[in-house]
Amino acid sequence: MMSIDHDILVWFSKSFGLFYLIALSIGVLVYAYWPSNKKSFDQAAQAILVDDDKPYRG
Amino acid sequence: MVAQLTKNERQIALVILLVMAAVGLAMAAGGRNDPFGVHGALVMVVAILGMFGVISGYYAPEPPEDRLDSYYDAPSKFGIIAAMIWAVIGMFVGDWVAWLLAYPDWTFDAAWASFGRLRPVHTSGVIFGFGGNALIATSFYVMQRTTRARMPDQLSPWFVLLGYNLFCVIAATGYLMGVTQSKEYAEPEWYADIWLVIVWVTYFVLYMRTLARRKEPHIYVSNWYYLAFILVVAMLHIVNNLAVPIAWGSAKSYSLFAGVQDAMTEWWYGHNAVAFFLTSGFLGMLYYYMPKRAQRPIYSYRMSIISFWGITFFYMWAGSHHLHYTALPQWVQSLGMTFSVMLLIPSWVSAGNALMTLNGAWHRVRDDAVLRFMMVAAVFYGLSTFEGSFMAIRPVNSLSHYTDWTVGHVHAGALGWVAMITFGAIYASVPWLWKRQAMYSAKLVEAHFWLALAGTVIYVFAMWNSGIIQGLMWRTYNESGTLAYSFTDSLIAMHPYYVARAIGGLLFLLGAVVGCYNIWMTIRTAPSAAPETAADRPVLGGAVLQPGE
Repeated sequence: MMSIDHDILVWFSKSFGLFYLIALSIGVLVYAYWPSNKKSFDQAAQAILVDDDKPYRG
Repeated sequence: MVAQLTKNERQIALVILLVMAAVGLAMAAGGRNDPFGVHGALVMVVAILGMFGVISGYYAPEPPEDRLDSYYDAPSKFGIIAAMIWAVIGMFVGDWVAWLLAYPDWTFDAAWASFGRLRPVHTSGVIFGFGGNALIATSFYVMQRTTRARMPDQLSPWFVLLGYNLFCVIAATGYLMGVTQSKEYAEPEWYADIWLVIVWVTYFVLYMRTLARRKEPHIYVSNWYYLAFILVVAMLHIVNNLAVPIAWGSAKSYSLFAGVQDAMTEWWYGHNAVAFFLTSGFLGMLYYYMPKRAQRPIYSYRMSIISFWGITFFYMWAGSHHLHYTALPQWVQSLGMTFSVMLLIPSWVSAGNALMTLNGAWHRVRDDAVLRFMMVAAVFYGLSTFEGSFMAIRPVNSLSHYTDWTVGHVHAGALGWVAMITFGAIYASVPWLWKRQAMYSAKLVEAHFWLALAGTVIYVFAMWNSGIIQGLMWRTYNESGTLAYSFTDSLIAMHPYYVARAIGGLLFLLGAVVGCYNIWMTIRTAPSAAPETAADRPVLGGAVLQPGE
């Protein structure tokens, strides 16, 4: 069985950790700036200002 | 309260209370004179009183079907009142220990009144009692409005709130009896920790069930922040509190971790408690109450999403900056330092987003102390996150660590950011929840604002001075290469700052007391809002339109 020692953990954090955080950052930026998402973001930001203090019952 | 539960929910409540009473009895029998037994008796008494409460309301008519036409706000009302009660208790004990530091003889020679026992009553009282209740209360309010869905049932919000407050009481009474597992901000022992896991998982499930019923397709950003708070706090709490009790009938336990692993686990927990309890949840609050009160949408919704993921994934790695110059491997310290500095970006994006939201509503900030509470909170959020990133840099930390600078930093965040945004949100919520036109007295809100701001500024300046003097005295050497000052010398130098800090804290406490009176009078006497105005609009001073409106 391969033992997980200190050096392997350091190597893993310094490589995988770097790449998954960069990938995540790119993913978040793409999602936030994706043009077609803008409409639902604007809608959500405006929706909370509406004073209709009742749950929706459809 | 019981009248709002359905028949079925009343039966489930009875079963839960019966199980609790049995567990309490077993704890009391097994623990005998150990504090564990005292807590068992407490649980049993609370459960039996609860059973009396449910039985006395058991045959009340069931809640009408039209309850589903409105949001379920009774738990939020309870949570806000509980938050204010804990604020006064926690801040009173905080000011007490502040005076103890200036005048150490004031302990009445009683073990329970020693600094080491009172201090966690203060920290848990304000963080978990005040902050936690305010977070739970506002999250219930916000999640229902932003999803346009009523909570799925009436019982689980009460289980969460009452169970959480039981945890807070067990924690605080335990400290006074000397119960602690000596982990900062995670002092409660194993049995209290297990109970909190049960409560917290119920909270998470309740939130997810409400989200699943949502009528808005997009999940508003506040919910993301509140959910990160709930989910990550569960994760941190479970891992950091892994421990084995020395016996089933004993309050004492030993941690699963030892040495530097224990230290790293504790500060992974501790710093993420700052991140996810004291930041993420309160940002959720800010992103709902500030736009609502300013009557303007968030300046940039995109920025709120980007900073959410930034805060969530950067904070996770910052904890090791609490362990600079220790046995922790150097690269782990550097990792924590780097992530702490990087955190400045999402933190300032959030603070900037909040302040830009107010751009165009400055006249409201001028006239409305409630909105001003939120504005000052955003400013202090920006200041203390900058300070935090700076203090995490290793050489800066060599001066600041173990000094009062750290205490000043924490309070810039806790008083200036967390408490200010909470008071702002509470003052906004109270008229909305109790259907009042406005708070009983706008002047008293104003008085509270200035007391809180003056108290915070005095506190933070006193601790900056004291901390830097301490840090410098501890590293000053004379010609022969030995320390120029003894530790006692530095204590004498700190005395005036300790008195100043205690006065600052007293002002902050007085503000909270004024707030309690104002909230009480609003609930009791303030005129009701006309039904069609929905009471959901802030009413400014004289309700006169400002130029430009």
